[in-house]
Amino acid sequence: MVTNVTSLTRSGLSDFVIQRVSAAVLTLYTLCVVGFFLANPDMNHATLKTYFASTPMLLFNTVMVLSTAAHAWIGMWTVGTDYIRDHYFGKHHTSFRLVWQGGCMIILFVYVVWALQMFWSL
Amino acid sequence: MQKDHEYSEQMSTMNNKERPVFISVSPFTFAFPFTALASIAHRITGVLLFLGIGYLLWLLSVALESEAGFVEAQTVLAAPFAKIVLWGVLSTLIFHILAGVKHLLLDFHVGDTFEAATASAYVVVGLSVILIIATGVWIW
Repeated sequence: MVTNVTSLTRSGLSDFVIQRVSAAVLTLYTLCVVGFFLANPDMNHATLKTYFASTPMLLFNTVMVLSTAAHAWIGMWTVGTDYIRDHYFGKHHTSFRLVWQGGCMIILFVYVVWALQMFWSL
Repeated sequence: MQKDHEYSEQMSTMNNKERPVFISVSPFTFAFPFTALASIAHRITGVLLFLGIGYLLWLLSVALESEAGFVEAQTVLAAPFAKIVLWGVLSTLIFHILAGVKHLLLDFHVGDTFEAATASAYVVVGLSVILIIATGVWIW
């Protein structure tokens, strides 16, 4: 069976489910953080740090970072395979798509390492 | 005989040339239904967020670093351009989440008739506009 090496799980169905579960996680995370900012109009460093350094938030931050990576990977793969194709990009479309995919990989790697290091060192 | 042969060869070349090709649907020649426009916007905002998330992460890391860092983040956000970028990223996030919720509901076959999906696409855009304006008021 030929599987697409650049999809996240090499299975469209797994990718589909991961895309949606991570979307739900990210929506919930956004609501929590927005709620926190709205509840604290006079934000200061101590309040901000106490919130993000709390144990529940440390776990949620970590899940959020990993969900972002998976969600963005699948989303960018979908966009790449839909538009970077021979019809639009000519015979070198596979090369262009690998550059796109590689660029996304590098950026996501930086995000994950940077964000996890930031949250876990609070 | 010779003529027939040439004719059939010509036909086969022509058939080869006229094999079905993928037809690009240009936004300039084809009137997209509103649902399609909302769907494309969901993709575009997704790609924009790929970069926008870096800006939010950077702001948060500066503000979390120290007292001085928090003040620095406030100073950065006092600049009109930084506010516009923040507003842009948050607007993108608002639309992407609302359109995403709609797509999740469609996956569960909630409102997946064309009429319902068109109506919910308008709801998504309407709610987005309201929340984007509210976010703008909150930032400024």
